[in-house]
Amino acid sequence: MPDHLLEIEDLHKSFGETEVLKGVDFTMDKGDVVSVIGSSGSGKTTLLRCINMLEEFEGGTIRIEGEVIGYTTAGGHRRRKPEKEIARQRALTGMAFQQFNLFPHMSAIDNVTLGLIKVKKLPKEEARAVAMRWLDRVGLGERAGHYPGQLSGGQQQRVAIARAIAMNPHLMLFDEVTSALDPELVNEVLQVIRSLAEDGMSMLLVTHEMRFAHEVSDIVVFMNDGVIAEMGNPREIFPNPSTRRLAEFLKTSSFN
Amino acid sequence: MGYTLNFDAVWRSFDLLLAGLALGLALAFAAILLGCVIGLVTAFALLAKSRMARMPAGLYVTIIRNTPILVLILFTYFALPELGIRLGKIESFILTLAIYSGAYLAEVFRGGLLAIPPGLREAGLAIGLTEMQIRTSIIVPLMIRNVLPSLGSTIISLFKDTSLAAAIAVPELTFEARKINVETFRVIETWIVASLMYVATCTALAAIMRKVEQRLTVPR
Amino acid sequence: MDPIRFGEMLWLARMPILKGLGMTVSISALAIILGTLLGIFVGLSLTYGARPLRWLVRGYTDFIRGTPVLVLVLASYYVLSTVGLDLTAFQAGVLALTVFCSSHVGEILRGALQSIPKGQIEAAKAIGLTFRETFAYILGPQALRQALPAWVNTAAEMVKASTLLSIIGVSELLLRTQELISRTFMSLEFYFFAGLLYFTINYAIEHLGRYVERKTAVPS
Repeated sequence: MPDHLLEIEDLHKSFGETEVLKGVDFTMDKGDVVSVIGSSGSGKTTLLRCINMLEEFEGGTIRIEGEVIGYTTAGGHRRRKPEKEIARQRALTGMAFQQFNLFPHMSAIDNVTLGLIKVKKLPKEEARAVAMRWLDRVGLGERAGHYPGQLSGGQQQRVAIARAIAMNPHLMLFDEVTSALDPELVNEVLQVIRSLAEDGMSMLLVTHEMRFAHEVSDIVVFMNDGVIAEMGNPREIFPNPSTRRLAEFLKTSSFN
Repeated sequence: MGYTLNFDAVWRSFDLLLAGLALGLALAFAAILLGCVIGLVTAFALLAKSRMARMPAGLYVTIIRNTPILVLILFTYFALPELGIRLGKIESFILTLAIYSGAYLAEVFRGGLLAIPPGLREAGLAIGLTEMQIRTSIIVPLMIRNVLPSLGSTIISLFKDTSLAAAIAVPELTFEARKINVETFRVIETWIVASLMYVATCTALAAIMRKVEQRLTVPR
Repeated sequence: MDPIRFGEMLWLARMPILKGLGMTVSISALAIILGTLLGIFVGLSLTYGARPLRWLVRGYTDFIRGTPVLVLVLASYYVLSTVGLDLTAFQAGVLALTVFCSSHVGEILRGALQSIPKGQIEAAKAIGLTFRETFAYILGPQALRQALPAWVNTAAEMVKASTLLSIIGVSELLLRTQELISRTFMSLEFYFFAGLLYFTINYAIEHLGRYVERKTAVPS
């Protein structure tokens, strides 16, 4: 049986006393586009951050293409993998953040080439070629030399997506990438994500854009209070939610 | 009062003053280079998660910041030989000034590090950079930009502190000025020239720092 | 190192040390008080002075801040007697530190006053306050609060700078210490002890400052 792209088993995560993830089980396969929805505090961003080890987690396992992420268990002892190994595993996924997090002292193209040169060890020229290809792809080839401070929020987010995708991740994680944007800039970013989805990129998005989730996702995961309360094809569960919580959530979100 | 200004004696010894100034700049330069390394390591230690790192770093900064530098200079030069650590005047002074500046630079750097959004480190992690690579390519370059204004004033004040090397007879500007003062009795002239040399150098240093700041400013 | 012998020596030397400590405290206190008074004038002139006054005072502060304190101390000591002002080493030293302190306090005050948003002055004008009243009720109190941390810092600087008076022969703590060392040859112990005393004073000042800062903070 081939391995799933992402396989999460009984994931538990606490911040101090508060348990944020209370046993999450979830799998997705290559090419899937999955949206995670839910009210704030439901644990969806934390789930994303656990997948690329930006958060440590206390219980459960995450596998990417069958490879256990972050921890080794030997003789009943669970131990964090060495930093180098975690860095390598992180590169299996790419992440785009709510706040873009572009490196402000580097031009757009240098933001993209940094990982290609330092992590992928590409020669400079090749890295620039790859970076240019992706900047063109997100429609910012002409702005390659611009610094983040000279770009609009939407443009910065597109550069950030190019920076992540240029690393050729097997799974893209999008963490509320449009939440910090002015409304008129949301579309250009969604357009980029949509086109990546059409190209068969596997992606997991945390989003508040219900209409977008409905349109692009193969699967929608509804998180509530640290667990997955409901999941399925949005065309089936959005019109007919089987839990009251999802029905309420859909009613209060700006779906119209 | 019957005192007429006469700069002849001072001009005759001007090359001594210039050599003293050059030595002072060299002392400051060497001490700051070393001090930046000490300060950077200390700043990261001050912000470390582990108490074992924070405690000694905090102690070092507190002790140095609350002790007069002259006491430190005399201690290193006169007292350390009792422990078998014998250093030449210049080495001893550079070491003291480096340790002294390290404590101040650590505070400056700490402030600069705190001003960096944590998301940038995460973005670095997310593309697979190691913590060390993140520090060298992202955190430190940004921190330096954040601290340039206060780094400038720290450098200037360290340059002025090189005058204290006179206390252990290192022939820098103040030492030479005092010597000329005693030898020629052109008291006023000597000190006017010496202080103007300090003021001019500080002004020049400030101008250089402003240039550096402009060069490093990220376009926006 | 011989702790028992050092203890004995310390006991024998208690009077000179106490006298030195007293001298250090007097020098610092005088310099802080006089320097602050002069510094208030400097700060107000820099912020509200007419143009010629402002330039004059700006020149004064730039010159003082560009000159090492040791040069100020030496110049004050040598130069003033040359021009016929017969000051004791103590007086000359305190004068130098006062001048040094005033330039710092002046800059701190200017910074504090200028950090208050212009809108507040306009609001005060709008409700009919004169400039004098605006200063007394609005600007002054805020500037004081704003300047307090830096001012406390300057006070600690003065204690540290008072050591420089040892170089012109004022019998403050450091010179007394050096005299003791020349008699007992216990440089390690006595320099360490002097350092500890200075540390204690400055540490106390720092904490007093934080306490006052907390007490005067505006709730927010």
